[in-house]
Amino acid sequence: MSEQIAEKVTPDLAARFPGDVMPDQRPGYQGYLVNPEKLVEFATALRDEFGYDYLSSVTGVDYLPEGKMEVVYHAYRTTGGAALIFKVQVPRENAEVPSLVPVYRGAEFQEREAWDLLGIRFSGHPDLRRILLWEGFAGHPLRKDYHEPYFEEEFKPFKSRWPEGKVRRSEDLNPFHANVQYPEDFDPDQYVPQGDEAIYKSLESIPSRDGDMKVDRLIVNLGPQHPSTHGVFRMIAALEGETIVDLKPVMGYLHRNHEKIAERNTFLQIMPFTDRLDYITSMSNNFGYALAVEKLMGVRPPERAEYIRVMMAELTRIASHVVSIGFLLNDLGAFFTPMIYALEERELILDIFEAVSGSRMMCNYFRFGGVARDLPEGILDKVKDLVLERLPRKIDELDTYLTQNEIVKVRTQGVGVLTAEEAISYSAAGPILRAAGVPYDVRRADPYSIYDRFDFDVAVRYNGDVYDRYLVRLEEIRQSLRILAQVVRDIPEGPVMASKPQYQVRVPAGESYGRVEGPKGELGYYVISTGKPNPWRYHVRAPSFINLTSLAKMCKGNKVADAVVILGSVDIVLGEVDR
Amino acid sequence: MTGWGIIKGLGVTFKHFFETYLEDIRWWGKRYYTPEGIKLRTDARARGIFTVQYPEEKLPVPEEFRYLPFLVYDIGEDGKRIDRCTSCGICAKVCPPQCIWIVRSNDPVTGKPIPEPTEFYIDVDICMNCGLCAEYCPFDAIKMDHDYEIASYNRKAEHIYNKEKLSKPASYYASIRPTNFAMEEAARLEKAARVQTRRAGEN
Repeated sequence: MSEQIAEKVTPDLAARFPGDVMPDQRPGYQGYLVNPEKLVEFATALRDEFGYDYLSSVTGVDYLPEGKMEVVYHAYRTTGGAALIFKVQVPRENAEVPSLVPVYRGAEFQEREAWDLLGIRFSGHPDLRRILLWEGFAGHPLRKDYHEPYFEEEFKPFKSRWPEGKVRRSEDLNPFHANVQYPEDFDPDQYVPQGDEAIYKSLESIPSRDGDMKVDRLIVNLGPQHPSTHGVFRMIAALEGETIVDLKPVMGYLHRNHEKIAERNTFLQIMPFTDRLDYITSMSNNFGYALAVEKLMGVRPPERAEYIRVMMAELTRIASHVVSIGFLLNDLGAFFTPMIYALEERELILDIFEAVSGSRMMCNYFRFGGVARDLPEGILDKVKDLVLERLPRKIDELDTYLTQNEIVKVRTQGVGVLTAEEAISYSAAGPILRAAGVPYDVRRADPYSIYDRFDFDVAVRYNGDVYDRYLVRLEEIRQSLRILAQVVRDIPEGPVMASKPQYQVRVPAGESYGRVEGPKGELGYYVISTGKPNPWRYHVRAPSFINLTSLAKMCKGNKVADAVVILGSVDIVLGEVDR
Repeated sequence: MTGWGIIKGLGVTFKHFFETYLEDIRWWGKRYYTPEGIKLRTDARARGIFTVQYPEEKLPVPEEFRYLPFLVYDIGEDGKRIDRCTSCGICAKVCPPQCIWIVRSNDPVTGKPIPEPTEFYIDVDICMNCGLCAEYCPFDAIKMDHDYEIASYNRKAEHIYNKEKLSKPASYYASIRPTNFAMEEAARLEKAARVQTRRAGEN
């Protein structure tokens, strides 16, 4: 087995499962088509025999013209290498696919999302409920025949804009009360949130912990309006005394169906929308999407643009990690002083983003085959000042300030532990995975852009607790500074776009998966083009969202006050969780 | 020793506190409410207090800063406005939230389209300030503004900007984006010169 895992080549799976596994031969597609009945067997073999232990992404695609529903899986080896893509196809009506949760725990939320948005049932899933939408929602919005109540047109640009612009306020098209539709037998006035009742019931039925003391079961809602949740996120915790016996995350309060919006837009128009996923790290979001589309188009940005991209992505990582550390301390009760110190450094980075892209947070800077514009005069010197002078000093200061602090240590060491096996099985990504002792970093495991040129270490720690996640983030900032020092040293002169900028790009038909190591973890974009101006399918593998799969596991057995800290250490941004 | 980590941490806080006053003394009278004072507090060398007291003090915006589009017009020799916009519709097509409406009209005599928009609307409630319209306009006619203080009292009547409200002279554009303006003017002159030499060659 170990020899097979060490092999970098993809195993010949069609020979291992004759008749049930076929190579996907549609033009522009890759991977395997698996017989749905053999899916669980196939996935188990993949994990145990071939070493594909990390299921990165699960999503569905609605092929309306062919009357098929497809579920697409991307699996990786944590030792590195390219993806193994496998798919199952089922009829579109009453689509049902066996669940992979028994094999890969990380599929849990993603399968729920596919059920919610596409209406694919996963038989054998432990808890198949809607996840982003509420139960009074009619239909599954990502199906191609779904139209929202204020539907205007299938694709942008809409016809009413030019040459005879019919101007109106969007509120008039989309008036309050008329902008929702309910299932046929649904009366909103009589609505009792039964889903919540069911969750409370299910939490009450969990067996008690062993012990002599008789304790009452208490169910507590943390959120959705709670400062510790960094947005509108809700945790339903079942407590015995102060100890959490089970916890269920509830999300979707900020859901806007980013993916459906994107499928209506042209390829270029999606770029500014990706900024709004994880609004702290918009440059990274741009990066992943640009990579996915560039793979389809077969273009590569010129040298200078590659360096600028890496520079922006690493500055983003620093900005995101300092914010994460600052807010973690907020959650610990060190109210606002560490956070403000961290935001100071972020502010200086945002100044650079503003000068380069025109906006502090919604950068919209990357284009297919380059970046929107060259660095303005004097910015490179500013970056040098920051990277070579200020930030190393300030990160050391943050280190002195917090790392040895006894209160921080007591509150975080041994709290929210996730072991390496669990982290892989739950598809945790980013600092959570690396704090658990898995040195998996997309920049090193499957290098994209020009990361193979830079000298840096993958930060890794082995205890898997909150303290280690903090240390991993601190170390990653230092490694980012190392990369940045090389970038500002080597950045060449030259053009920043591969070709003349176009507002309507031609994207050949096919599928592609672009992934980057975002600050929160692996950020992937799955894009399917049919050769039209709009993508047929656009899916975001959101690291914050998938990292939450393991939240309940981390919280169990800890005190309720620690749940706040654990959530802080996961570092979610609700714009990305809810999409 | 238990407690040493906390004491060291508090030392960092104390240093920040102390530095604020040291810097105040060092830049006596210049640190607040002056442009150089703002620069001192937002530089990579900044120490101590970092806050800029908006609205008394305002951070200068960089040239690329973008906030809401506006239409550029030139002033002709007779003092009349000449719209740069030709109502080609690229901005309306590239706009991600589709907040641009353009009405194009035809010449009543010849029936050909007039290369100038009759009406031009932008719904500023929907505009996401992405700047794609300015980026892809082939005539440098629509540009992103720097004015970010646009609060109004009536969101229903005032938030759809019409052509009148959107139009600003090229001199304003040159004042907020001098580098871009100079670059575009140079490109325009070069193109005109090229056309002229080609014509001269034909003759």
